[in-house]
Amino acid sequence: MNQRISARFDTARQSGRKLLIPFITAGDPDPAWTVPVMHALVSAGADLLELGVPFSDPMADGPVIQLASERAIEKNVTLGGVLDMVRLFRQTDSDTPVVLMGYMNPVERYGRTRFPADAADAGVDGLLLVDCPPVERDDLGSAMDEAGLDGICLVAPTTTRDRVKDIAGVARGFIYYVSLKGITGAGQLELPELSEPVKQIREFSDLPVAVGFGIKNAETAVKVAVHADAVVIGSALVEALAEAESSAQACALATAFVAPVRESLDNMG
Amino acid sequence: MNDERQSQPDSRGHFGEFGGSFVSETLMHALDELREAYGRWRLDDEFVQRMDTDLAHYVGRPSPIYYAQRYSEAAGGAKIYLKREDLNHTGAHKINNTMGQGLLAHYMGKQRVIAETGAGQHGVATATVAARLDQSCRVYMGDVDIHRQAINVFRMRLLGAEVSGVSSGSATLKDALNEAMRDWVTNIDDTFYIIGTVAGPHPYPEMVRDFNAVVGREARRQMLQLCDQLPDALVACVGGGSNAIGLFHPFLNDEDVKMFGVEAAGRGLETGEHAASLCAGRPGILHGCRTYLLDDNAGQIRHTHSVSAGLDYPGVGPEHAWLKDSGRADYVSVTDEEALQAFHQLTRLEGIMPALESSHALAYGFKLAASMRPDQRVLINLSGRGDKDVQTVAEIEGLSL
Repeated sequence: MNQRISARFDTARQSGRKLLIPFITAGDPDPAWTVPVMHALVSAGADLLELGVPFSDPMADGPVIQLASERAIEKNVTLGGVLDMVRLFRQTDSDTPVVLMGYMNPVERYGRTRFPADAADAGVDGLLLVDCPPVERDDLGSAMDEAGLDGICLVAPTTTRDRVKDIAGVARGFIYYVSLKGITGAGQLELPELSEPVKQIREFSDLPVAVGFGIKNAETAVKVAVHADAVVIGSALVEALAEAESSAQACALATAFVAPVRESLDNMG
Repeated sequence: MNDERQSQPDSRGHFGEFGGSFVSETLMHALDELREAYGRWRLDDEFVQRMDTDLAHYVGRPSPIYYAQRYSEAAGGAKIYLKREDLNHTGAHKINNTMGQGLLAHYMGKQRVIAETGAGQHGVATATVAARLDQSCRVYMGDVDIHRQAINVFRMRLLGAEVSGVSSGSATLKDALNEAMRDWVTNIDDTFYIIGTVAGPHPYPEMVRDFNAVVGREARRQMLQLCDQLPDALVACVGGGSNAIGLFHPFLNDEDVKMFGVEAAGRGLETGEHAASLCAGRPGILHGCRTYLLDDNAGQIRHTHSVSAGLDYPGVGPEHAWLKDSGRADYVSVTDEEALQAFHQLTRLEGIMPALESSHALAYGFKLAASMRPDQRVLINLSGRGDKDVQTVAEIEGLSL
């Protein structure tokens, strides 16, 4: 169990604070801006950071994150490079949990059993591998546990009751509920049904529940936060940051995006 | 060992260390459902009978075995036989699989089918079956492939399919597969994803192999009838590897039958511009399974090159990865230039115009036969016909049609 993640959720639970988890693609729009943007996100009220590891074939991602990945890959951002970014971030922030989100092949190439220890050493707290269901983790699962790296699990609207139970048995840190059948950044006309699926997760697990996919702004974040412990905002933020032309501008855009969401979450009834 | 060979994969879709289900959680239940439905219908008398009837009267099976005498004489060694999958309805082996999956979709009550396609043969075969079963159909195809396979794009549209261009990544087969997966995740309730090769998550590698294994079962029987013995070697091209596994699988326990899978060496393995994942790649994870693939040191999938759109893919079916590591099959490669030469040679010597994919198998089979004795036999899977490639060949030769 990772200390930074559990401490952050415990504190929030006591004070009734809803956690805000922004997602950015590491290295986009520029590798040198990522760490300053991470700090800006924290200053603006982010509680935990999700850092996307660029991959050439992101099957679960919509066009916004696909393009962000392509841009980052063009700038030679590698998994090792992402660890360097986290290491740099940790020099001045030792409290905010950082979770890497990505796909299996870069981890495989880095070394499935070597990676968790290196990641933990760099200051990473959790790992969410979109295309690696728990049943395929193999020795990666034990390596993560040994390193104190939380293996974050996804639950989807299509996940059956039996699977939720199995997933709850191996999940660490928090459970990430994918709020829609679809890819990241997909538009949706109305808020999906959250109350039943979140209740079902809580039936089998004491872990906090974060909800993501399709949350675009303060308004949707608040509606989702009624049911969840944390909300994840990804594509909308990545899209906003893509406009930046300097590190300072990227930080300003990050702040402008996150601050109102934080405020709305804090003012929930 | 023998029993082990034909009883792969295990219940979780693993061929040794390869295969598996590396997909996002949203797809896990759909894959469970598919496994269950396939497990049930494959043993159902009515389903099996309908498949057999359709394969005979709609596809035109069994496809003949043809002794290519002039091609053999030119090689000057072993006798060369061709399994004529090019004579199937829609012109390639792809229809064997789409008949099966289309019918399965029908029995599962799914009204919409989607597919990815490279050369367009799988797209056409899917659109064909969808038209006949009254299913709505969308085919994803890379923009690069749409350009080089314009005739197949039009064929799909004539058949009522919607063809969606994919511009992300390298705009070829792998990107079309990503996009089809994204569609499937989004429309999972009413949509059946007809994957065109023996890659992808479990149960696709097993299911697509089973539907294509009719090729090997027929060929084995036909060779025994025709020659009183099995061939000494089998040769088939390998992109994802569906025609090759279909031919190989029924022969796996015939120890004396050698097997050669032929990959696309493109401009040459040494140039890096190729699509030979088994010959020049290493194990990794792509499109739902662990298999050999082409990637860089950071684990990013590399862009590939082949003159043949159907082989232009950076991964390969996990069963081939397993057959390679176990030593049962050999994997070799043939360049664009060699394949083009074989395309012309078969056309001129036998009056059979092969697909550029199959031309890779022909080029290697020719070399192999030349190194063998006249009393030996090589069976090459002529997986598709070359009509779709006429424009590509003309362009290469500087002609405009």
